[in-house]
Amino acid sequence: MAGTLAEKVWEAHLVRRGEDGSPDLLYIDLHLVHEVTSPQAFEGLRLAGRQVRRPDLTIATEDHNTPTLDIDRPIADLTSRTQIDTLRANAKEFGVRLHSLGDADQGIVHQVGPQLGLTMPGLTVVCGDSHTSTHGAFGALAFGIGTSEVEHVLATQTLPLAPFKTMAITVNGALPAGATSKDIILAIIAKIGTGGGQGYVLEYRGEAIRALSMEARMTICNMSIEAGARAGMIAPDETTFEYLKGRPHAPEGADWDEAVEYWKTLRSDDDAQYDAEVVLEATDLEPFVTWGTNPGQGLPLSASVPVPADIADEGERETAAKALEYMGLTAGTPLRDIKVDTVFIGSCTNGRIEDLRSVAKVVKGKEKASDVRVLVVPSSARVRLQAEAEGLDVIFKEFGAEWRNAGCSMCLGMNPDQLAPGERSASTSNRNFEGRQGKGGRTHLVSPLVAAATAIRGTLSSVSDLDLPFDIDITTFDGTPLDGVGASPLGESVVVDLPIPVAGQPALR
Amino acid sequence: MEKFTTHTGVGVPLRRSNVDTDQIIPAVYLKRVTRTGFEDALFAAWRGDSSFVLNQEAYSAGSVLVAGPDFGTGSSREHAVWALKDYGFRVVLSSRFADIFRGNSGKQGLVAGVVSPEDIEILWKILETKPGTEVTVDLEARTATADDVTVPFQIDDYTRWRLMEGLDDIGLTLQEADKITAFEETRASWRPKTLPARHLPAVEIEAARPV
Ligand code: SF4
Repeated sequence: MAGTLAEKVWEAHLVRRGEDGSPDLLYIDLHLVHEVTSPQAFEGLRLAGRQVRRPDLTIATEDHNTPTLDIDRPIADLTSRTQIDTLRANAKEFGVRLHSLGDADQGIVHQVGPQLGLTMPGLTVVCGDSHTSTHGAFGALAFGIGTSEVEHVLATQTLPLAPFKTMAITVNGALPAGATSKDIILAIIAKIGTGGGQGYVLEYRGEAIRALSMEARMTICNMSIEAGARAGMIAPDETTFEYLKGRPHAPEGADWDEAVEYWKTLRSDDDAQYDAEVVLEATDLEPFVTWGTNPGQGLPLSASVPVPADIADEGERETAAKALEYMGLTAGTPLRDIKVDTVFIGSCTNGRIEDLRSVAKVVKGKEKASDVRVLVVPSSARVRLQAEAEGLDVIFKEFGAEWRNAGCSMCLGMNPDQLAPGERSASTSNRNFEGRQGKGGRTHLVSPLVAAATAIRGTLSSVSDLDLPFDIDITTFDGTPLDGVGASPLGESVVVDLPIPVAGQPALR
Repeated sequence: MEKFTTHTGVGVPLRRSNVDTDQIIPAVYLKRVTRTGFEDALFAAWRGDSSFVLNQEAYSAGSVLVAGPDFGTGSSREHAVWALKDYGFRVVLSSRFADIFRGNSGKQGLVAGVVSPEDIEILWKILETKPGTEVTVDLEARTATADDVTVPFQIDDYTRWRLMEGLDDIGLTLQEADKITAFEETRASWRPKTLPARHLPAVEIEAARPV
């Protein structure tokens, strides 16, 4: 039977097919854990006298609460410190591998999986975090789960699930200069709406997607959830294999060959049926920015702030008016005239090495606008090391930016990196909800290139607004694979015995 | 999860409709890292009011809550059920529940029984005229009895079976442990394992400082 990519991965993980409307039972290949959604799950295990069934398919990292300054000192915020201490104690008690703050493999959970080579095509990947969809860029079925599901996976390595619907999103043509994969996904969400993907797994395909590097693909899959989707996926290809090869946990020898052979079958059959289809022309795209308080409220940078009175639908008109009030924007203002106070470059959407490289290329030898605060937060400690090995940190510092330690940081402001009330940011992250980056903070979602140009000019800008020397080829950052985090000048991968007790296979009751 | 067949305990009349999850447990309590010890958070906004039903001696040890319609609306937080259970409630009766709340209850061993509005009114009258009256809830027969009045309640067959067997979601899945083990034996060797841990050499990470 012809099948879509999502259906193939689903079928390959069926422990038991559901009967009479009961859900299927799906096996989970990789479970990523962080400090915010795991404490009660571990406590649930403890209360029921259960163990982690497969510590060897589980990995934890600290990211949401971690400070990006003074990481060698005790965490000041009590709630943050408690959550992190609790994760450390749980990891120790249950024998789960943990990369703590200060460890070279610490970082945002959605960066850690791919950079260690744990995220691979054809896996089922879950995490108590909605942006788990990121891992779908490898052709994995990856989705966020709630705390009780985290406990369920810890205890059984499976999840009872009702099948998802599938939606094909085809992006034709080639991206114009200055546009990136972030602009593709912002345009898709603006097109189908924040609820348009509800209940679906989105499969991105087409020429423009094929041309993207692995990291650029991750940006797209990352934001699938902002269209309401359960997951996003991209069929694996040479770009995927290239990225994986040589990473610490990538298969080796005969395993590698067997894996690649299987991975090549992971594509939707030509006659596969989707429940919905959407088509987009990349050629028409220009840099996209959001003006409102949800990721679907985005427009090309050349547009103006919408005029609510012109919106026909009453509900949308009210939403837009409310958003403009919160954002402190006047209808009809050209987006390019919007002045920002802070530029945030980071998060699991756009805090990877390629993103940092593209920003560095634009800002090199320049000075930031004097009244703008610029924060550069790498998505993981390894990304930070890589950037420093390439001298990017020096470029950022000379530009006037703050070069921070890794973590979620101002993406959600659980640590001290927050916007003040009324403060406006251009942010490479994924959510512009009210108060997301700090109470009363106003967020414009942008690509790394727009963030860089905005940091220079102080108003929302694209690289076409700058006089760049013409030998700078900024388009390559989303056109060719330039990933460097794994097979890097830092040395060969090594097997490390972690100083934690690793529990044996628990007896099942 | 404890098996539930019958339960007898003090009935608490909560004469309010539309009690949402924010009223059951306010958001400030969600920062905690535990899943027990939420008894103080239950109905936090009302607990300071001496006339609130749980602050009255006769009802304070209640375990059967008789509430108005649309109980448990609002956010999906599982904490609402934890708080009720931690306080000591085993049963909530209402003429209408929010779907997610009812689902969460069934998963965590709290009986959410649907009683007709007229019968809720009868129960309220009994519990209010004789504070401290015990209610006996029989899950097998799907009835609640206070004094000499017995009223029927509805709960779907599947949830009732789970509650009577004391099976939470995990317990249910673990009944199929053999199938999980069999599946694991077919898992290809290229599929990743996080242990033993492999990674690039450890490097000292320099702490960034405020500028
Ligand atoms: S960077 Fe932001 S979106 Fe990504 S995991 Fe962290 S908080 Fe969530």
